[in-house]
Amino acid sequence: MSDTKINITLRIWRQPKATSPGKLVTYPVNGVSTDMSFLEMLDMLNEELTVKGEEPVAFDHDCREGICGMCGVVINGTPHGRGSSPVPTTTCQLHMRNFKDGDVITVEPWRARPFPIIKDLVVDRSAFDKIIQAGGYISVNTGAAPEAHAAPVPKIKADRSFDAATCIGCGACVAACPNSSGMLFTAAKITHLGLLPQGQPERYLRVKKMIGEHDALGFGGCQNLGECAAACPKSIPLDVISQLNRDLIKSMFKRDGKK
Amino acid sequence: MAVTGLILIAFLLFHMYGNLKVFIGEEAFNHYAEWLKTDMLYPIFPKGGFIWCFRLVMLAALVLHMWSAITLWLRAKKANPDSYAVKKRLERTYSSSMMRWGGIILAGFLVFHLYQFTIAPRDPASPYNSVVTDFSQWYFVLFYALWLIAVCMHVRHGFWSAFATLGANTSEESHMVLNALAWIVALLIYIGFILPPVCILFGLIGA
Amino acid sequence: MAKPEDFFTVGNDIADTKADTSLPIEKIWPERQFHAKLVNPSNRRKLTVIIVGTGLAGGAAAASLGEAGYNVLNFCYQDSPRRAHSIAAQGGINAAKNYRNDNDSVHRLFYDTVKGGDYRARETNVYRLAEVSANIIDQCVAQGVPFARDYGGLLDNRSFGGVQVQRTFYARGQTGQQLLIGAYQALERQVDAGTVKMYTRHEMMEIILKDGRARGIVTRDMVTGEIESWTADAVVLATGGYGNVFFLSTNAMGCNNTAAWRAYRKGAYFGNPCFTQIHPTCIPVHGDTQSKLTLMSESLRNDGRIWVPKNAADATKDPREIPEEDRDYYLERIYPAFGNLVPRDIASRQAKYMCDEGRGVGPAVTETDQDGNTRQVRRGVYLDFSEAISRMGKDGVSAKYGNLFDMYAQITGEDPYETPMRIYPAVHYTMGGLWVDYDLESNVPGLYVTGEANFSDHGANRLGASALMQGLADGYFVLPNTINDYLASGPYEKLSDDDPAVVEAVNSVNERIDKLLSINGERTVDSIHKELGNIMWEYCGMERKEAGLITAIQKIRDLREEFWKNVKVTGEKEELNQALERAGRLVDFLELGELMCIDALHRRESAGGHFRAESQTEDGEALRDDKNFLYVAAWEFAGDGKKPILHKEPLVYKAIELKQRSYK
Repeated sequence: MSDTKINITLRIWRQPKATSPGKLVTYPVNGVSTDMSFLEMLDMLNEELTVKGEEPVAFDHDCREGICGMCGVVINGTPHGRGSSPVPTTTCQLHMRNFKDGDVITVEPWRARPFPIIKDLVVDRSAFDKIIQAGGYISVNTGAAPEAHAAPVPKIKADRSFDAATCIGCGACVAACPNSSGMLFTAAKITHLGLLPQGQPERYLRVKKMIGEHDALGFGGCQNLGECAAACPKSIPLDVISQLNRDLIKSMFKRDGKK
Repeated sequence: MAVTGLILIAFLLFHMYGNLKVFIGEEAFNHYAEWLKTDMLYPIFPKGGFIWCFRLVMLAALVLHMWSAITLWLRAKKANPDSYAVKKRLERTYSSSMMRWGGIILAGFLVFHLYQFTIAPRDPASPYNSVVTDFSQWYFVLFYALWLIAVCMHVRHGFWSAFATLGANTSEESHMVLNALAWIVALLIYIGFILPPVCILFGLIGA
Repeated sequence: MAKPEDFFTVGNDIADTKADTSLPIEKIWPERQFHAKLVNPSNRRKLTVIIVGTGLAGGAAAASLGEAGYNVLNFCYQDSPRRAHSIAAQGGINAAKNYRNDNDSVHRLFYDTVKGGDYRARETNVYRLAEVSANIIDQCVAQGVPFARDYGGLLDNRSFGGVQVQRTFYARGQTGQQLLIGAYQALERQVDAGTVKMYTRHEMMEIILKDGRARGIVTRDMVTGEIESWTADAVVLATGGYGNVFFLSTNAMGCNNTAAWRAYRKGAYFGNPCFTQIHPTCIPVHGDTQSKLTLMSESLRNDGRIWVPKNAADATKDPREIPEEDRDYYLERIYPAFGNLVPRDIASRQAKYMCDEGRGVGPAVTETDQDGNTRQVRRGVYLDFSEAISRMGKDGVSAKYGNLFDMYAQITGEDPYETPMRIYPAVHYTMGGLWVDYDLESNVPGLYVTGEANFSDHGANRLGASALMQGLADGYFVLPNTINDYLASGPYEKLSDDDPAVVEAVNSVNERIDKLLSINGERTVDSIHKELGNIMWEYCGMERKEAGLITAIQKIRDLREEFWKNVKVTGEKEELNQALERAGRLVDFLELGELMCIDALHRRESAGGHFRAESQTEDGEALRDDKNFLYVAAWEFAGDGKKPILHKEPLVYKAIELKQRSYK
């Protein structure tokens, strides 16, 4: 850990509220320790702004250990600022040692119509909750569960299901997609539940309902470009989308796929 | 989108096969062209009947393909009205980002291509003559070569994307296999289509 | 000099009245379920329950009560219920399934939990927790939680936290996330069904009491700033712990104690506030701008060796260049029998002592000591895997700890395969919380408290993989079987918006916010919060002393005064205003900190995570005083500026023998 200090220039999207116009505003930040996380650097900027009597920059964040999915801004053109780093990251786990003295860093909110801006870098991602409400669950009431060992799960399916289940719902996939598609998020849930024996009874109805809701919410369609998977902090593979498509096609021929 | 795309790719491969007949000679090529126009599936269909069914299917595939593309495009426009001040491409290949503009360019040249060889050929009596005459001009060959690059880029992403959309890409391995296949098909199409004109230009055919 | 007795008064003793302790312990829960009053399914939709919080305890309860047919209003401060901090739990969840055929049982899980809590938990509650633990696993598997499985397709288990059986179910290093997503999906299913109404980005600011009953809450819409009142037949707080009183902790940035504290101020008792757990293996502080601390699994201590330089002068040297004879493997030296595997509290405390002596490593951080002098201290000790790497090979170490090493590398920018990791203890969990009875009801009728927000199950120390178990037990299986006893007497008379109880609550919130915005002083909210954190960490952290606690109380009072005079909260009331949110939370932390110190001051014994320097064995281990302190301290608010009132709930152990905890 080398305690290096750098000076940077931030260009941050400032927008007082949903309905007002926004613009990029430039702020120099000096003496940034390279051990700081990106959000700690924003904290530092906000402390300086507050002391000067200016409004601090609003941004979403919570756990700051890369698991809650609350944080997320586009940094220099990539969601969570992954850039060309081989290691996927959330914004909170991006550290300032990835930047150099004198860097100009552009910080923007997720941009997609289904994620309207609330203020500055804060967007409303409740559309994701609505997709889950449409069918992203297994219908089992509390107390109605059979013994846990009643249905063994082949390890290969359990592992693939798990890979999809690691989605944190941050929305980077939508932010990265030129079409603002929410397919990776939707498909991760379809794959997580669809590969488990517990998820079978509702499998084909689930995919129809969820994709219907996805489209109705105004997310764009998928072109298999792969930007979503590249930006995903949890490395959800692009192939979950193909799994979704496969289930969707099958659902057309299944009686239990009818609404 | 995926189904119509695959139909069009299948057509291209079929078309390429026919083009390669040019190497066998004038008679074979013209006979083949004649068979396409009049004798295909005769006598199930009347003479010259099937080609119209075939053209109809191709047209339908093309129209549906374009219609889906436009629908997707409009949806994307609606979903993504504000662009980023700074945007960096992470994964997207050049060919995948050019699917839409590339598609439009392809469609434009297609009209020209049909006009040149089907609607108003130089020698209506001998398709072989028309082809050989046209491709003896270097600028036609160059044009054609460039156009083919656009076609093959479109096919490269389109082939893989179509199979992904149809649910075939469900593992790391299938991703690799599909991508490899997409490259093979694209290259095959390029080589298959570019060989005859190049050979004509250099006088290896028809001289 | 002030004495501990100067800071509080003693009220009457209290007791849990819901569990029939005359019965054998395994009969108590079935008996309670049988005697609880029921609500007819068709009457349930006429009853409204407010649930604050959407973590394991809140989300599970909201989903379960929704399924039962109640009308549920569920609130969270995050933008989605899926983000509650339960999501960050790594290790696993305990359950007495005995899938490993290694003598596990409900009774053993019960025994381990009470013992681990250093005999300061209520045994009836803990026994029930162990009883329902197996059902939790069934429920989660049915929801699609992808627990680790072996090649036979069955669930895998591992051992955890020094327990001798393998009873911990896990989902890679993200068990909390997977369990929370399971609860979240169940919750969203109920939202879709219309039984649960979900209000995200709503922060609870006040509780509404009417005729002594909890009848509603006041929230602030964090997007529009609107202050709204919500009324119901019962209120459930599932609002998590209060570790953020220390500013730096492993909690999420937004975790706060406002909901519980507002209930306390309206009469709910606060149980054992000083019981906090400090986890020994966290990534150390890098500097003054640190905003939160990240935990790394304790399992690292199985193969890593902990040391500091013998000479303070070596603190800045490259550790690889410090020869073996100049290293102090202090845990192995002081505890030759247990070595690096001593319990959490001892490992944490010894690390603090080493750094206090000036032998810590890593970047120097400015601190203020007990005499008010600022000093530069290096807060870190080495956790060295070089011996393990030479023994198991780099691949062997990577297979076992790869993900933790990667996480460390990402945060610190150092390669732990090359140089030793640096670790330091951090505040992790708070065992204390609002006092509840066997039904999880507080002393305020109609106010229920679940999960980390209550005090009930972990005594003075929580065992690993038990927090997830408690949250889900409370949410899925306990609360839905106890709250009906209260709701059966409802529906209660509807409160209108102009009811004096509602108006008073709304007005008090508005006044508080207006005041915060009007001060316009010179200090930022965070600067004051950091100062509070420093006081708490220094005086009420790993080692507590009478004189230090008294000093701390005065310092907190001064700081509170400074806050109300000199804080600067920018922005407006009617907008998304994160400075205002933080200021509101700090108001309550500034009061809670004082109560924690008073509780720590009054409990002149060491128990679990509470270490009083005056009460230790010759070996420096925590020494309990069962004669004088075998009770739950339930604190009652007596009014601003007045001494809080201590109510004691004596702890009675019938099913378990009271012993001095020993690691020999």
